[in-house]
Amino acid sequence: MVANIGYGALCITLVIAVYGIVAAVYGSRRKLPYWVDSARNAMLLTFPLLTLSVISLVVLLVNGNFEVDYVASVTSKSMPLYLKITALWGGQAGSLLFWTWAMSAFASAVTLRNWDRDREFLPWVIVVSLVTITFFLGLIIFVENPFARLWILGETVILKSMFPPVGSVLFLQPDGRGLNPLLRHPGMIIHPPMLYLGFVAFVIPYAFAIAALITGRTDDRWIRITRRWTLVAWLFLSLGLLLGGRWAYDVLGWGGYWGWDPVEISALMPWLTGTAFLHSVMIQEKRGMLKHWNMLLIILTYDLVIFGTFLTRSGILSSVHAFAQSAIGPLFFGFIGLTFVVSLSLLLHRWNELKSEAHMTSLLSREALFLLNNFLFLGILVVCFWGVIFPLLSELITGQKVTVGPPFYQRATAPLFAGLLFLMGIAPLAAWRHSTVQTLGKALWKPAIVSLLGPLLAAIFGVHDWAALLGFWLVAFVASVTIYEYGRAVIARAHSRSEPIWRAFWELAGRNRRRYGGYIIHLGVVLMGLGIIGMEMFQTETQGTIGQGQEIKLDQYTIRYDSIAIFDTSDGRNVARAVVSIYKDGQYVGEVHPRRDYYYESQQPMTIPGVRSTMEDDLYVLLVDWKPVSSSMATFKIYHNPLVNWLWLGGLVFIFGTLVAAWPDREGQPERVKKKKENLVRSNA
Amino acid sequence: MEQTETNKGLPKKQPNRTKFLIGGFLIIAAIVYLIVSSTQANAQYFMTVEELKAKQNQISGRDLRVSGAVIGDTIQYDPQTLTLTFEVANVPGDNKVIEEKGGLAAVLHAAVNDPAQPRLKVVYNGVKPDLLKNEAQAIMTGKLGADGVFYAQELLLKCPTKYEEALPQQSGG
Repeated sequence: MVANIGYGALCITLVIAVYGIVAAVYGSRRKLPYWVDSARNAMLLTFPLLTLSVISLVVLLVNGNFEVDYVASVTSKSMPLYLKITALWGGQAGSLLFWTWAMSAFASAVTLRNWDRDREFLPWVIVVSLVTITFFLGLIIFVENPFARLWILGETVILKSMFPPVGSVLFLQPDGRGLNPLLRHPGMIIHPPMLYLGFVAFVIPYAFAIAALITGRTDDRWIRITRRWTLVAWLFLSLGLLLGGRWAYDVLGWGGYWGWDPVEISALMPWLTGTAFLHSVMIQEKRGMLKHWNMLLIILTYDLVIFGTFLTRSGILSSVHAFAQSAIGPLFFGFIGLTFVVSLSLLLHRWNELKSEAHMTSLLSREALFLLNNFLFLGILVVCFWGVIFPLLSELITGQKVTVGPPFYQRATAPLFAGLLFLMGIAPLAAWRHSTVQTLGKALWKPAIVSLLGPLLAAIFGVHDWAALLGFWLVAFVASVTIYEYGRAVIARAHSRSEPIWRAFWELAGRNRRRYGGYIIHLGVVLMGLGIIGMEMFQTETQGTIGQGQEIKLDQYTIRYDSIAIFDTSDGRNVARAVVSIYKDGQYVGEVHPRRDYYYESQQPMTIPGVRSTMEDDLYVLLVDWKPVSSSMATFKIYHNPLVNWLWLGGLVFIFGTLVAAWPDREGQPERVKKKKENLVRSNA
Repeated sequence: MEQTETNKGLPKKQPNRTKFLIGGFLIIAAIVYLIVSSTQANAQYFMTVEELKAKQNQISGRDLRVSGAVIGDTIQYDPQTLTLTFEVANVPGDNKVIEEKGGLAAVLHAAVNDPAQPRLKVVYNGVKPDLLKNEAQAIMTGKLGADGVFYAQELLLKCPTKYEEALPQQSGG
């Protein structure tokens, strides 16, 4: 019953969405406001209907209606309530529904908020949003239906279908298979929705870009309207990536946070183009340049978002092999290809109207450095894309499938990331239009000298690897430039207005949120960089089998295996929990409890590390194996992860900075009008 | 009069353009170099067990990526030395073939239970992965030794979910 309601709501939404597209195109082309209003109502109606559908699925999940295949595949009776609810995005069909629902929510919010201001854009924004929604609804209804039930025909044939096939009866499973234990982690519970919200929110700037191309309003108005949406999308996407990394670190037990597998890369790719876009739109706003480029970036971001949605939930784990594994593969590629070609044709159609209003004049001007930053981001994107499609290409050309692993990505992206860090240091101090080595040097020499303290300090602590020293210098350089620049402004303001420092700091950030939010983000990146250098260059590991009371040494640490307890829990796990004491330079500093949980229901063990965490380093201990009683031997794998917590701290600062930049302005939109003065020379109006 | 803004930059435009073109070209060249050299240094040949057995002589010492079905009975683990050995059975590399044969779970099941399928002995040093069990798909990166044993440096596992498994107990009730 509930399944029928959910499914019925989806079908009605599909009809309404298709109607909305037709009404919006017709109304806009014929200039009939009546039709456009009707399209808007259709758009707004999709949200309550999809909400009904989502609620139906949640009810099924919570009630444990295991005749519904999706419910049986992601939940089981013993799972706690919150996991049953979040199982909504625990599998592909549910994820797609969640995605579509979020898309509808965002598009409705835009329609409500901007209705009076952006009349000529909105019909086309509605069209783009509804086309996206229609595509996903089609997938959900016809291919990946989360409400489909299992039916049994005769004795053995099991069919998956929404409605009973002739002669069959409902196939009732006593219990579901449950969510993979690896996914039962707080980071994993909020990681997918964050990623999805990021993906979905990027559709909004894309929709406005397409609207601008169609209507011919190709000035930077679409960028100003969607600036905050872009930041919100970027915020969610960054948060999703960070949470994913944290989950991998806590759960996957390889002592790392990023493994360069195709799924991770597919989530990173729209982030790369999105980040490039965030930077390059500033040049269009300030200088009226790079208009084609910005259009191209947002089109790329949109299609990478669709690609990422496909890859992250299609069950493709590590094998690029399996691109077309699920039936939805070809449909996704078809949709991506179609939207890409249509978007590019629109861009070509308006090519001449998007000419730059100014020229690059100096290689060291801020706009040139921003352009360089864009090149580097796109360079990383090309590396990622190449890595993902290389197996397909090589097979096509040579007949032999060849893949590239993490070392490929590390080697190819490291110099590009280093280049980005360097630019992050000099670009904020470069002047717009004209900037020379002299002017830039004058602005930079003080923080540059201070930054030498970074590698110097590292060398004193015994770091001799030149790449690490370079890394520390870059980190110190960006940090000192950013603090110098921000600090100078704070002090100047505190002086001229005789405000206390903290107040000046806060007021300044409030004045120009994007600029100072950006600086905070840069500082976050610097801190994350510190953690990444620590992990990539100084991580050490060891492993060994020891009896109770025996020890293993790693760097300045010694761990001692004290005892082990093995017990069953009420939620169907068998837990083996070791007690391990940690000594640092011979001093006792605490104990950790590496664990291994065996889930009876899914017959899967899960290794949970015992971690001693400080800002200096993490000692990360895994219980690999043990002999229950007789010999009391146990095997441990130990990682020493220097500076890793700076990565997580940097992530928090990063998110805070993004929030500052994206926070709504207090006094409406005052800068909206005055910014355009430089454009009044354009003649074709 | 409308041209004043652009005119100012005009005399300088030509040399600047070349400067930017050269700069852009250098960056693109650097990125291409990074990609090409890193690909060459890190390419891994993706093979099935069957292909690997056939080309045994040509490929020793190369980085390979092999996928196969784990045979549960052969899993041996020595926690003292963290040495893991097991055998995998050949599964087709082509996805279409897998689909035709009824999906990954069915193919893995068939491979393990068919003694005629070529098998490969694998040695891996490290922690025994949680997902290593009978009929899991193992994707291994490493080198083929002269002794015909595959020495894996990296081991990834994938367990397909299957409806079939629940069937026998269910159909009676």
